[in-house]
Amino acid sequence: MALARRSSNLLKPLSTASSSSFLHRRPFSTDDSTTITIETSVPFTGHNCEPPSRSIDTTPKELMTFFTDMALMRRMEIAADSLYKSKLIRGFCHLYDGQEAVSIGMEAAITKKDCIITAYRDHCIFLGRGGTLLESFAELMGRQGGCSRGKGGSMHFYKKDACFFGGHGIVGAQVPLGCGLAFAQKYRKEDHVTFTIIITMVWVQLNGELQRVLLITSVGIYVPGLKVDGMDAFAVKQACKFAKEHALKNGPIILEMDTYRYHGHSMSDPGSTYRTRDEISGVRQERDPIERIRKLILAHDIANEKELKDIEKLARKEVDEAIAKAKESPMPDETELFTNVYRKGYGVESFGADRKELRATLP
Amino acid sequence: MATNLRRFKRFGSVFINNSSPLRGLSSSSAVLGSVDGQVQQPGTGTGKSINLYTAINQALQIALDSDPRSYIFGEDVGFGGVFRCTTGLADQFGKHRVFNTPLCEQGIVGFGIGLAAMGNRAIAEIQFADYIFPAFDQIVNEAAKFRYRSGNEFNCGGLTIRTPYGAVGHGGHYHSQSPEAFFCHVPGLKVVIPRSPKEAKGLLLSSIREPNPVVFFEPKWLYRLAVEEVPEGDYMLPLSEAEVIREGSDITLVGWGAQLAIMEQACVDAEKEGISCELIDLRTLIPWDKETVEASVRKTGRLLISHEAPVTGGFGAEISASIVERCFLRLEAPVARVCGLDTPFPLVFEPFYMPNKNKILDAIKDTVNY
Repeated sequence: MALARRSSNLLKPLSTASSSSFLHRRPFSTDDSTTITIETSVPFTGHNCEPPSRSIDTTPKELMTFFTDMALMRRMEIAADSLYKSKLIRGFCHLYDGQEAVSIGMEAAITKKDCIITAYRDHCIFLGRGGTLLESFAELMGRQGGCSRGKGGSMHFYKKDACFFGGHGIVGAQVPLGCGLAFAQKYRKEDHVTFTIIITMVWVQLNGELQRVLLITSVGIYVPGLKVDGMDAFAVKQACKFAKEHALKNGPIILEMDTYRYHGHSMSDPGSTYRTRDEISGVRQERDPIERIRKLILAHDIANEKELKDIEKLARKEVDEAIAKAKESPMPDETELFTNVYRKGYGVESFGADRKELRATLP
Repeated sequence: MATNLRRFKRFGSVFINNSSPLRGLSSSSAVLGSVDGQVQQPGTGTGKSINLYTAINQALQIALDSDPRSYIFGEDVGFGGVFRCTTGLADQFGKHRVFNTPLCEQGIVGFGIGLAAMGNRAIAEIQFADYIFPAFDQIVNEAAKFRYRSGNEFNCGGLTIRTPYGAVGHGGHYHSQSPEAFFCHVPGLKVVIPRSPKEAKGLLLSSIREPNPVVFFEPKWLYRLAVEEVPEGDYMLPLSEAEVIREGSDITLVGWGAQLAIMEQACVDAEKEGISCELIDLRTLIPWDKETVEASVRKTGRLLISHEAPVTGGFGAEISASIVERCFLRLEAPVARVCGLDTPFPLVFEPFYMPNKNKILDAIKDTVNY
């Protein structure tokens, strides 16, 4: 772990600072506004651009928020795994655990007016955008209380008020959409950018020069890029901040987030045929994004082991409570099968077998 | 196609001993094949009981073995594919004949067209039929028209696109669709859908050796579920020949693929109420066997079509229109269609969306009592 100890003397033990996590608030023993300077795990590698510095400032508050939020994401995905196995989640389910630092670091660098669009591995991106556990689990289980009213399922989480344009089912299909979002931002002369997430790459558009994307590798020759340790939330934060500035000034940039997915591709992939169990446990031991933050917190005496364990316990409790609540949410009304196919009230008809008696005007 | 009536008699009793509806749909008109397309009747009782994906695997193995110019490619096929249809083939035939492609359906089909245009048998896999749409341009504008627009100088007849289609009970929006009707609107293509392991093996070998591009939809619900005896050797089943898989006198039911198992159940239930149903597996959707369907409707006077795809613009509409043209004066009731609803394929609402047994049974009764 690369860590600049020089900053630790700046730490002053203090009273009730609190986490601004989307989860919960609790007091910590350190002044949350103290600046701590740390170094990213590895240097950035730039392509057609000068990479940003490895050194980044943070605060105890931010460290605690990162830890809390990532612990929650991790717990949510593990719970989703068992819900799927007990057949409470149907459809397809792609889990994010191991990659939490990407969502967390990205959110720390941008605002909710910057757009995000992603593929099907969207649960934690939704949470990072400010979505709730209850909305997530309700959607996963196809309940009315879900963020897409139970009609989307695992791959189709959306949050319009936080400019999250959702989970998309078809690999790569979201990339041109992201170009469109970015172009709209540019056309409106907004100071915002679009982050298009494709598998583990984040393709940040400038406020949008349109590029025709066929394969990311072919684009990669011309578009500047940055290789980032996607297991280090601070490296991701630094890179996303850099990318946003770059995009606003110069144009699109590709961030290659070197990250690691602990689960298989989807629930039907055990994730162990193309890699060894040793490889997975090695990554867990050496590169885990949550462990990295835990070590930073302990090294700076921001919280002790027990407090961090308590946070994880609390995450587990909140997840369990959200699941219980989500299970209470009813399944969508049967008439919802016919809603949202077209704009409401346009009189489009749906037909049954005989095309005469059995017909309904779509609501 | 004129052999249909003969087939009724010859194979009419094949289902008597089968209680399971999936097994009950076993193929009855298999013919032995050879590389040059000569077809013969297979011997009986030579096969082992295998499931549908194993039957597909056997067909692919035979295709690679019998023609050194055949290739299999697609997403993950090198590892055996997500449904295990290509298991072991890369090991047996080498990575230059069975290989993975990038995640780019347009590229997969385009590559297949080029490969086929050089006189090879290109067997492309699109991982799910829901993913075939990026390749739609290549299939419709390149593959289907290559022969026509070059005045027969070029063609990609060696191209076969395999793709799993249909519901599985919990597939959601993008792993459940049945897009066959889109491809039935494209002259120059053939569209084939098998209903069982034995059918799948014979029809796939015919499709691969067919001198026209074929889109071959595999019912993914049946990959593991459908088990029947399949001849071990090389055999082919004729394309564009429908098969009467259950004889009856009151109403004709037409379907294809996984839906036939559901229709069979409805036929059994209808029989208990004294309605005799004739069930036809269309097998090839274009060019389809109008004669067999027409002959049956002339006998029964009633027609019901069922498919999983949405009812509006589905291939059932084409069958209905054609049969009304041919049998207008013989029809005793309007043609019934029991199909998917006109909504996107739903997630939690799949049971409502599906044309299930009871919907079909109701439509059978309504049509017979019209």
